[in-house]
This record gives sequence, structure tokens and C-alpha cells, in this order.
Amino acid sequence: MGKYLLRRLAINVILVAVAASLAYMLAATTMSPRAAYQGRQPPIAESVIDATLDAYNLNDKTPVLQRYGTWAKGVLTGDFGRTWNGGSVNQEMGRRIFVSLRLLLIGTILGFVVGVALGAVSAVKQYKLSDRLIGVSSFVIMALPVFLLATLLAMATYSLNDGLGFTLIEYTGEYNPKLSGFDQFLNRLNHLILPTISLSLGSIAFYSRIQRNMMLDVLGQDFVRTAMAKGLRRRTALTKHALRTALIPSATYFAFAFGTMFTGAIFTEKIFAWHGMGAWLVDSINANDVNSVAAVTLFTAICVLFAAFLSDLLVAALDPRVRVS
Amino acid sequence: MRSKVVLRRLFRNKQARYGISALVLLILLAYVGPFIGPYDWTDKDFLAFMSAPGSDHWWGTGAIGQDMYAVTLRGMQKSIVIGLLVALIATGLAAIVGSFAGYFGGWVDKVLMWGVDLLLVLPSFLIIAIISPRLKGGSWLWFVVLLAAFSWMITSRVVRSMTLSLREREYVLAAAYMGIPRWKIIFRHIVPNLSSLLIIDATLNVSLAIIGEAALSFFGFGVQPPDVSLGTLIAEGSRNATGYPWLFVFPAGLLVLLVLSINLIGDGLRDALDPGSNS
Repeated sequence: MGKYLLRRLAINVILVAVAASLAYMLAATTMSPRAAYQGRQPPIAESVIDATLDAYNLNDKTPVLQRYGTWAKGVLTGDFGRTWNGGSVNQEMGRRIFVSLRLLLIGTILGFVVGVALGAVSAVKQYKLSDRLIGVSSFVIMALPVFLLATLLAMATYSLNDGLGFTLIEYTGEYNPKLSGFDQFLNRLNHLILPTISLSLGSIAFYSRIQRNMMLDVLGQDFVRTAMAKGLRRRTALTKHALRTALIPSATYFAFAFGTMFTGAIFTEKIFAWHGMGAWLVDSINANDVNSVAAVTLFTAICVLFAAFLSDLLVAALDPRVRVS
Repeated sequence: MRSKVVLRRLFRNKQARYGISALVLLILLAYVGPFIGPYDWTDKDFLAFMSAPGSDHWWGTGAIGQDMYAVTLRGMQKSIVIGLLVALIATGLAAIVGSFAGYFGGWVDKVLMWGVDLLLVLPSFLIIAIISPRLKGGSWLWFVVLLAAFSWMITSRVVRSMTLSLREREYVLAAAYMGIPRWKIIFRHIVPNLSSLLIIDATLNVSLAIIGEAALSFFGFGVQPPDVSLGTLIAEGSRNATGYPWLFVFPAGLLVLLVLSINLIGDGLRDALDPGSNS
């Protein structure tokens, strides 16, 4: 086991390093942070621009490999460099990770719990009205891309607020900085409503379909019949024996989603104007921000590999048939 | 004939029937519809900016007087073509890489699977978003290649693991003993035996690619003007959707219908090709 873990760790470290280097090279060769300084009024002298870009390690007159060397040396000591206008990438990342976390934590858990519950109900009541209703709606929701869903929600809320004459549900930003204390807490919750719906609906549909299929598989099996035959109430047999076994696939997906939560949700964050990791990715590409792009890639790669590892561990822990050799 | 059995099963499936009829109607609308409409998609009506749907402009007009009916159908054509091409390339690539890795084993397997892992780790959104707008003058076909390049990895792993078990079958071993080259065995004996998996995967890849295109175009990283697709139209429409809903509703509705009908077909195909499966 120890040897397996070590080998896996080594492979993952190499993968992260290669992925981040590729992203840095790509960003450094195609993006030009210089453009942000050149078009200004009054014009900035060429030498001043060069000096500024040199200070941020973004000067396209320096050979790419040399810039890469400086960047890599920084990353090894935990310094991700500077953004295009001189801010610290580390600070920016530290702030944004928690914005994403605050946004995604509730949505991820809610999506999993509700989805699994609906899927289980759907399987137990197979072919009944509730099953069909859940099935059809999950199909429709899965055909709705998240950016469409989020836009629709924002539009509906805008019209609702407009009709009511006051802001019932907030649809942009994370909180109102003018409020404080408990009011601010309520305000934060209000701002969470729409993004959470748009994030969790898709995963509810996804989990409910997986859970329904797994549950149907399990329901026909001997150990559930045995559990009921030995005198357990149907409810206990279903929740304690059937649901627990049928939870394995959904749980592994959940572990993966949980691990990648820090990387943010690109569309939801952009549409509802949360300044998290996902929005940063889009913004940094638009701003030709080479170091930020590389930092996001590195961070995402670590999260994805960690999440994959987490879900593998969970399978091994839950499923007695899987043993790591 | 197996294909006959599968088709009969497919048409007996109610979901799949709905999906197929909806898809046929949508494709007819996309390719025959423009001939019926009064305007071409490049026409600009300078007397009607942002006008609501009416008898002249069926789905209203946009900010510079484009006829939204013609433009939306044009965008839908592009979305359908992109979806089909991406699915074909992605599934083909997955089949080739997965079966070669599984059949050859050894260092070929290691190198290929390492590449798969690397592509899975790279954030595809970022790579496509950086490269695609910078392909100045490059056609949307480059975008198709990029999108396909990032959507085959998971299937190739499934193909690989299935190839590992097919490799030991008698007919494959017999072919190998007869001295048939290994690449020929892969294309003649391995890949055809994976066809049900590949057909289902390709179908679902079409809807994934259509969504992917729309999502990237939503931020301006996908199809570049003057080309239009459902994604670019939705992006434009959503900016002032509350005041001018027709700019948003038609492309968004068509996108959802398109994806929904393809998913229904994909699900029906899965039941028809693989009756034992429950996923």
C-alpha cells in the first residue's frame, strides 16, 4: 500500500509539473501583457513599459525559456509571481479560493444529498408517477447547459424584483459591503440563493439518474430480500442495506466534486459576478495575465489529481470487492 | 442481422422515437427552413432594428437589423455540424488510442495512457480559450479540432480496458497466429467488437460538443465572427434578454431541444444495443 501511494504521488507530481509548464509556455508565447500598457493615454515610454514588465517577469522581449526559468524558480519556493498590473498572484489566489469555496460548498453538498434522495425514491417507486416526473425533469435539466440555466434564473429574478418594486432575491455579487453583523450574514445567504440553485440543479439531475440505476440493481439482490426476510421493516432494509451499497458510485463522484470545489465554477461565478477562481480564469485570459493563467492551471491540476485520489480511496474503503494491489 | 434487431428495438423505445422525430424536425428546420424564410442570413434590414417578431421578420431582428430567423437557423447549422464533427473525431481518436494501448501493452500503453492523464489534468477550457481566438483567419474547423482534442480521453480508457479482455479471445489469437499484422487485427477484430460502446459514445458526444461549443462561445472563446453559432447568438441575446427576449429565447430554446433530442436517442440506443446494461 505504502509503495503504491508513493509511486502514485510521484507520477502525480510529474503530471502537475508538466501540465503547469505547458500552460505557462502556451500563455507566455501567445499572450501579450504589453498591450495593456501600450494603448494608454498619455502614452508611456517604451523603456518604462519594459522596466515594468521586467519587474513582473512578463516582458516578451526576454526569451521565453528565461522567463520560464524565473517563473519555475519562484513556483518551487511557493511564489507564483505577479499579475499583469503588479499584484501578488499568491494573495489573489488565497482570496479567490475562499470565495469559490463559500459559493460551492452548499451547492455541492445539496446537489449530492437531494440527488441521491430523489434517485433512491425514484427507484423504490419505479414506474410510478413520481419516478416518471423525476426522470423527465432530470432529462430536461441535463439538456440545459449551466450558463443557460444561470442566465434564465438571473432574468427571472430581475423581472420578479422589477415587478415587486424591491430586491427580493439578489442576483449579482457576493454580499453588500455596507451591511454588517447579522444583516450581512442574511445578505450573504440571499446572494447565495440563485448561484446555489444553478449549481445544484444539474448535479441533482446527474446524481438522481446514477442513484436510480444503482438502486434498481441492488433492490433485486438477495441480501436486500434477506434483510426483509429476517424481519427488518422495509424502510430499514432499504436505507440500511440497499441504499448504503448503492451509494458507492454516487459517493465517488461526490468525492471528485468535493476535491475540485476549490477550482470554482466558471459560468456561475461569471454570470452572478462572484470573484472566485472560475471567474479569475476567464478574467486572466481576457487580461493577458500570463502568471495568473499558469497559477490557475497548476492549482486546478493539483485539485483534479487530489480529487481523483480521494474518490479512489473512497471506492476502496466502501467496496469490499476493490482491493488496491 | 444484428443491425436490424437493434433498429427495431430502438424504434420500439418510446423515448428514442420522440428523440428521433424531434431531431429530424430540427435538422429539417435548420437546413430547409432558410429557403422558406423571406431573408438571407447576411441581409440587413436598416428599417427595423431590434424589432419584435412579426409577419415580416418571423423571429424579430437584431441590433444591426439582421433577420433573427435566418441568423438563428444559420447558427443552428453550424452547431449541428460542429457537434457531428467533434463527436466523430473524438470517438474515432478514443477508439484508436484505447485499442492500440490495450492491444500492444508495454511501453505503447504506458506512453498513450500517460498522454491521456496529462490531457485530463490540463484544464481544457483554458487551453481552448487561449488558442481559439488567436487563430486569426483560421476557420472554425480549428475550433472543431481543439474541442475534439479534449473530449476523447475518458472513452479511450474504457476502450482500453475492454480491449484488454478482447485481446485474449480465441478469434483474436487465431488471427495473430495466422500472421495478420497487429494494426489490422485491431481494426478488423477489436474495434468492430466495441461498436456498440462507440456508437453510444459518439451520439452522446454530439450533444456534449454542442454544449461545449455554446459554452465557449458564450465567453467569446469559441466560434468567431462573422461566423455564427447557437452559442454566439445566446451570448449576444443574453446581454439584453430582459428587454428583447426574442434575441435569446429562440437560440436558447433550439439549443435545449437539440441537446435533449440527441440525449434521448443516445439513451434509447444504449437500451437497444446493450439490453443488459442499466446505466
